[in-house]
Amino acid sequence: MPILLHCHPGVGPEVTGEALVARDNFSARYDLDRKAGIFSRPSHALAGHSYNGRILVLDQAKGGVATAWMLHEMKARNIVPLALIFNRVNPILAQGAAFGNVTMVDRFDGDVTALFRTGDRLRIDPAAGTVEILNRDSA
Amino acid sequence: MRLNDEERAMLAGEQGEPRRWAISHQVGVGEFFDAADLVPVSQAHIMADTESLGEAGIGFLETLSGAPEAQRRVRVPTLTDPRGLDFSVYKRLGQSEAMAVLEARAIAALKAFGVLMTDTCINYQTIMPAVRGDHVAYGDTGVVIYSNSVFGARSNFEGGPSALAAGLTGRTPRYGYHLDKRRRATRRFRLGTGPRDLSEWGALGGIVGRACGSYWEVPLIEGIETVPGSDVLKHFGAALASYGSVALFHMPGITAEAATADAAIEATHIGRAEIDAFVAAYAQPGDKVDVVVFAAPQLSLVEMQEVADALGGRQVHPQTTLLVATSPEIKHAADRMGLTARMEAAGAVVAAGICFYQSYAGELAAANGWRRLLTNSAKLVNIIGGYGYKPSLASLERCIEAAVAGKMV
Repeated sequence: MPILLHCHPGVGPEVTGEALVARDNFSARYDLDRKAGIFSRPSHALAGHSYNGRILVLDQAKGGVATAWMLHEMKARNIVPLALIFNRVNPILAQGAAFGNVTMVDRFDGDVTALFRTGDRLRIDPAAGTVEILNRDSA
Repeated sequence: MRLNDEERAMLAGEQGEPRRWAISHQVGVGEFFDAADLVPVSQAHIMADTESLGEAGIGFLETLSGAPEAQRRVRVPTLTDPRGLDFSVYKRLGQSEAMAVLEARAIAALKAFGVLMTDTCINYQTIMPAVRGDHVAYGDTGVVIYSNSVFGARSNFEGGPSALAAGLTGRTPRYGYHLDKRRRATRRFRLGTGPRDLSEWGALGGIVGRACGSYWEVPLIEGIETVPGSDVLKHFGAALASYGSVALFHMPGITAEAATADAAIEATHIGRAEIDAFVAAYAQPGDKVDVVVFAAPQLSLVEMQEVADALGGRQVHPQTTLLVATSPEIKHAADRMGLTARMEAAGAVVAAGICFYQSYAGELAAANGWRRLLTNSAKLVNIIGGYGYKPSLASLERCIEAAVAGKMV
């Protein structure tokens, strides 16, 4: 049986994909090279990593209201994370994910950056508020 | 979420597509945050610069603003945050014609909604401050934190789409800082030293912001011996919001709420050593300074005068750019009072309606060969690194001396 984790109901469609995990925060404007699809801020834990098509698992959303538009713009160009998982988001990320129809969930029991590992294959059901870790066994 | 008859009519599309989209977006966000209902707002403020909108966002605005006028007009005064480009200086800054075309399209779409093109992140100093208990839907984290804290207004960070939605419906989901229970201090800091200028107040905001690190933390700061002015609280709040995603702070006896600290919360001491270390962490190797920026937030009229006075008739070094960004209202005032002329005569670029970092900062760096940046804005040094700059923080006077010398002095 895959591991099944519960969270607060989120936004966006149900998706399955590969996790990219770091104990760091997120701002689309300040952390990303959105043309190249990589983390560009030198001090970010994922600096140099591609986020395109990955399920990003990070601690929190940072300041900066631009992310509310940017997820929509990134999705239109098809260089966008498949989904976002956080411990706790701020309104900007919730608004941006809702506007861009990008899958996002938060508020788990436990630290998401420890619950999930880079390379894990995850199925997110935002309406139900569940995430399955498909490559790991709950037994 | 509980909706009244009018809200249900909007959701059913009976008042046209713009309001249907708007309230549907608000219900989605409201449910995510367990909002019980929507609360009427007196103003909205939209962050809609073209760099973040992109072609997709502009296309969205154009489609939505194509609805009949009765369906697309905003229902409460709706202002704009700084834009991506100032048409009077963009060529000098090396911004492209393509950027100017996008800007003109975004402006036309926003005007069609009846949005007031204020292009400012200091509307609390220049347009119409909120009042205590005033529910508003402000974009720009600096505007939200200042209005919530100093005035006792009630706003969450409202990103562009959500602020537009609030303008169209005249409401916003009631969660976060619209609720009494969220506004109590959760962290306590005790100041053991007096920050000496705006850059150090920004550094203090950065230190508190890093320690909080969450939108849901509310810091209370004690030990402030003299009442800070509006520009001080502007820089402090903008940095606090930028480093910590924080939307509300309390200073007992100074800000609108939280007259006393909760003794149960342990206080964290911040002294001279912490502020000096914060500034020192942005020191960069090498002397040359490519660009000196006064922005983030836009300058008040008082700051404009301080920059003009510090230049004192001297010339900016030919290998260095001095960029000053303010709001259109303040620019007009500075023009009228001769401040703009004094700065421009020294070789400075005085821009209105932009705030530098929302103006294709990465492309500006590439077009002008800028890398080493000096500013008195802690917010700017926090955010500009992702665009390829090497930023340092210094007082306004040191920034001006560096602009004149072309290097750190």
